[in-house]
Amino acid sequence: MTLPAWIVSLPLLAAVFTFVFPRIRIWAGIFTAIITPLMVVFLGREILAHGAIQMQVGGWQTPLGIQLYADGLSVAMLGITAIVIGCITFYARCYFTGDVSSRYFWPLWMFLWSALNALFLSGDIFNLYVTLELLGLSAVALVALSQTADALSAAMRYLLVSLTGSLSYLMGVALLYAANGTLSIKLLATTGAASPSIATAFALMAAGLIMKSALFPMHFWLPPAHANAPAPVSAVLSALVVKASFYILMRLWLVIFEPFINPSTAQLMGVLGAGAIIWGSVQALVAERLKLLVAYSTVAQIGYLFLIFPLSSITQSNHTAWQGGFYFVLSHACAKSAVFLAAGSVIYSFGHDRIKELHGIVRRMPVSMFAFALASVSLIGLPPSGGFIAKWLYLNAALTGGHWWWCVLIIIGSLLATAYVFRFFSRAFSYSPEVVEERPVPWIMEWTALGLALCALILGFIAPAVTTLLDAGNPF
Amino acid sequence: MTFDNWLPLLILLTSLLPGIVIFVLPEERVRWRTTLNMGGAILKLGLIGIMIWGVRHEHVYDFRMPILPNIELVLNADAMSVMMTALSGVLWFLTTLYAIAYLETSPQSRSRFFGFFSLCVSSTVGIALAGNLITFIMFYEMLTLTTYPLVVFRGTPESMRAGRIYIAYTFGGGAAFLIGVAWLKALVGSVAFTEGGMLAPYVGAYATQLRFIFFLMISGLGVKAALVPLHGWLPKAMVAPAPVSALLHAVAVVKAGAFGIVRVVYDVYGIEFSGELGLLQPLTAAAAFTIIYGSVRALFQDELKKRLAFSTVSQVSYIALGVGILGPIATIGGIVHLVNQGLMKITLFFCAGNFAETLGVHHISHMNGIGRRMPWTMAAFTLGSLGMIGVPPMAGFISKWYLGTGGLTAGKPWVIAILVASSLLNAAYFLPIIYRAWFREPAGSWSARPSIGALETHWMLLFPPLITALLALLAGLLADAPFSPLEWARLITAREYRP
Amino acid sequence: MTISLLYALVGVVLLGIGLYSLIIYSHLVKKILALNVAGSGVFLFLVATANQTSGPVPDPVPHAMVLTGIVVAVSATALALALACRIHQVTGTARLTENEPE
Repeated sequence: MTLPAWIVSLPLLAAVFTFVFPRIRIWAGIFTAIITPLMVVFLGREILAHGAIQMQVGGWQTPLGIQLYADGLSVAMLGITAIVIGCITFYARCYFTGDVSSRYFWPLWMFLWSALNALFLSGDIFNLYVTLELLGLSAVALVALSQTADALSAAMRYLLVSLTGSLSYLMGVALLYAANGTLSIKLLATTGAASPSIATAFALMAAGLIMKSALFPMHFWLPPAHANAPAPVSAVLSALVVKASFYILMRLWLVIFEPFINPSTAQLMGVLGAGAIIWGSVQALVAERLKLLVAYSTVAQIGYLFLIFPLSSITQSNHTAWQGGFYFVLSHACAKSAVFLAAGSVIYSFGHDRIKELHGIVRRMPVSMFAFALASVSLIGLPPSGGFIAKWLYLNAALTGGHWWWCVLIIIGSLLATAYVFRFFSRAFSYSPEVVEERPVPWIMEWTALGLALCALILGFIAPAVTTLLDAGNPF
Repeated sequence: MTFDNWLPLLILLTSLLPGIVIFVLPEERVRWRTTLNMGGAILKLGLIGIMIWGVRHEHVYDFRMPILPNIELVLNADAMSVMMTALSGVLWFLTTLYAIAYLETSPQSRSRFFGFFSLCVSSTVGIALAGNLITFIMFYEMLTLTTYPLVVFRGTPESMRAGRIYIAYTFGGGAAFLIGVAWLKALVGSVAFTEGGMLAPYVGAYATQLRFIFFLMISGLGVKAALVPLHGWLPKAMVAPAPVSALLHAVAVVKAGAFGIVRVVYDVYGIEFSGELGLLQPLTAAAAFTIIYGSVRALFQDELKKRLAFSTVSQVSYIALGVGILGPIATIGGIVHLVNQGLMKITLFFCAGNFAETLGVHHISHMNGIGRRMPWTMAAFTLGSLGMIGVPPMAGFISKWYLGTGGLTAGKPWVIAILVASSLLNAAYFLPIIYRAWFREPAGSWSARPSIGALETHWMLLFPPLITALLALLAGLLADAPFSPLEWARLITAREYRP
Repeated sequence: MTISLLYALVGVVLLGIGLYSLIIYSHLVKKILALNVAGSGVFLFLVATANQTSGPVPDPVPHAMVLTGIVVAVSATALALALACRIHQVTGTARLTENEPE
């Protein structure tokens, strides 16, 4: 069973090839974009049939060899990565045509994909560090791709935060290894006891990962980075990259740390999440540019993710809570990338994204606006969409435990999201007879955005299948 | 899965699929669009006919799909659903005809309009056929989403403002409703609609929580049903084109809210249980207040559509009143008013649209002598108004009769007072319009759209109000015939109060 | 105090110095240097943990981790320096501008 290794290596090989032979870069990218999802599908079927899969890369045994581990949760994350990056690849093909930066986009893009795949398939905590770094470096380079002063500063800021976060995480790994003598996640789950070094390790790792996930108040690097990067890059950053560090935090928390950590830590994370939701939504309400609005929306939605921690500590709703959290991850990935792609089409067509000047664009770009609308349905959490399912699972989890205050927060978050979405939509729908300069947008760009938005919608209907997948291999 | 399982879904799809196709149609393909619209509407009516016959003979039409780990999306046809679906189907057909003619000169995209229009009707049908609260809330929110683009269709600053207010009210209500539903699910585990209600066993442990949940749910539903003080969006939404106002006020949004209240009280809580918990008094009080308030506000409006809007605010609360009074007769009155009010109000809105579109008349003060110029339209308007006032043999009289009798039998004679006061107020704001139109001389000459032809206005603008006025008349005249709305309401009530 | 405990403490101190410098200095090259120092601190700590095994042969796993970490740190530093150069070229200063893009 070498499928996990191929899932990691194929984009890696494509990255090297596209760098060395720039002429074939687009074909290599598209080839990878088609083959990798297929491989993920096969892996998924394997796991549904046989449970979790382990694989030693190169046959080298742990602890020195790298172990790849795939269970239902990994496959779900791999799947959503494949779908989102696959779609964005087609978008990027049109977005970057004729541009010098296209030459460097493709290798970096493939590196990013490979890093994400490796991250979701890692079986030990040090490998996670390596993949985190690879992910961070590719993402930073991609942000810097637009070469403007703002983009470069944003990229630098992102890099510094990313490196600090990884360093903190590595220190946590070191402490954990010193205490338990093993790096493997599976083994760490069974050994271990409460001790100061475990608590410190968790604090360090959590701090690092929270910085990389842009949880309030460590979110300051995200809006400039996501707003100034090229649209495909913003899409993947918001959709997947910030989720990767969250995924690690979630895994480590539920598998290794939870029994040993003071439960008020979970409540603290919930409070920070609440802060993120409120602050992010408020900032989105006053944002002047569309991409900045969407970036702040990401800050807010990440707050929702961190509500997993307090909600999963309610014993009756543990299962429902983390299902809800990961459903959020999946639907937000689709919805947010769709929104960024639509915003990118707006910039491509009109040359700017100042909201005040975007009158009546519903008529000029109906497909993109429809994609934006469908994706917003998921972001707000309205039925029928993945976002609604996730919100419902959270509400259920909170109410079963009687913790009604989280309910109020979730509902307030939805209402604020409605407010900032409709702030843009009011402008978009208003009638404006003026003639505006516009460049025709390639249909692929508009339809990939719509495709991703439809994925977010479809997630609303296939919840039983998805939750079965998430449970495969008993991640928790 | 047999045909019985597929039927509810098919009825939903007859408007959903054409809607999606219409979205991608280029603007110029008028024939295609009309065919899809009319074809879908006729097909839907056919399927609804089958369903009516089936439910009458106690067939079960049930469509289920698991949507969440332990919750299903359920489309179920019981007597109530069938009534609401039939109303939606018939009125959709007529409004589509009307809208095609009304929007002929509109500069905005008709593909967008009819696409959202069809989606809106699908949402209404989904609400009607919903078999549990989850399905209900899904389609309820979809309804908000699909009606927003219709409200802001014209794109003018007033439309946008109206749209913003609409969203603020309806999403706020939706949020309250959602919390109520989620809470209920966490509490008792099931949120299915069961004839006669299913919460009675839980009275001991959860009485206070159930009261809160009821309050949340009714507030959420009350926004759409325009219960005072949640009605603020309705008059503002009058900036929408007349077909939208007609649909919103007769069928889709307000009826969805009222229908939801009926469902919650009868099929979730159960009418006797609601009485036990003391939930009916506040509901009845709110309904009574709304009835009077709406009518009083209507008196002072000069714009015709605004007057009709406040009249709707008042009239829809008759349904809530019927729900709130314990007893089968009042129930019949409330439920039959769902249909009657729909027919009468849509007539009035169609006529208002005709006046605006053909003669540019929006205000009542300009309506002097309009009956001479547009006699058929005004005749329909007159019939509708008489029905609203409650003059026999119009359908409105039937509803008021049953509500009044029901109030008396339940030992609440003040209901009669409310009804009488409301009828008097209705007369006070409708009769002057009729008088002006027929018996006053016009102030100046009428500006008219050219090339109307022999009829006073386009036939597609004229026939729908005539048909609905006729239906309102027949619903009253032939109230005892089988398959009439009254007869159907009796059937529903009988099944509701079955021990 | 054993030698490995000393190493571990020094590593932690270096990490602290590095993080502190990262925050207070605004010049980009100083920030990058600070990160390097912090990284070295972590590596030193890791080397110290390698000495935990009983017997003469130290644990190879932390050594592998440190080697990998050094490679990663070198690549990251290279990227950071390249970015800093570019920022200097484009904006004329080697400090991050504080204003948010509006």
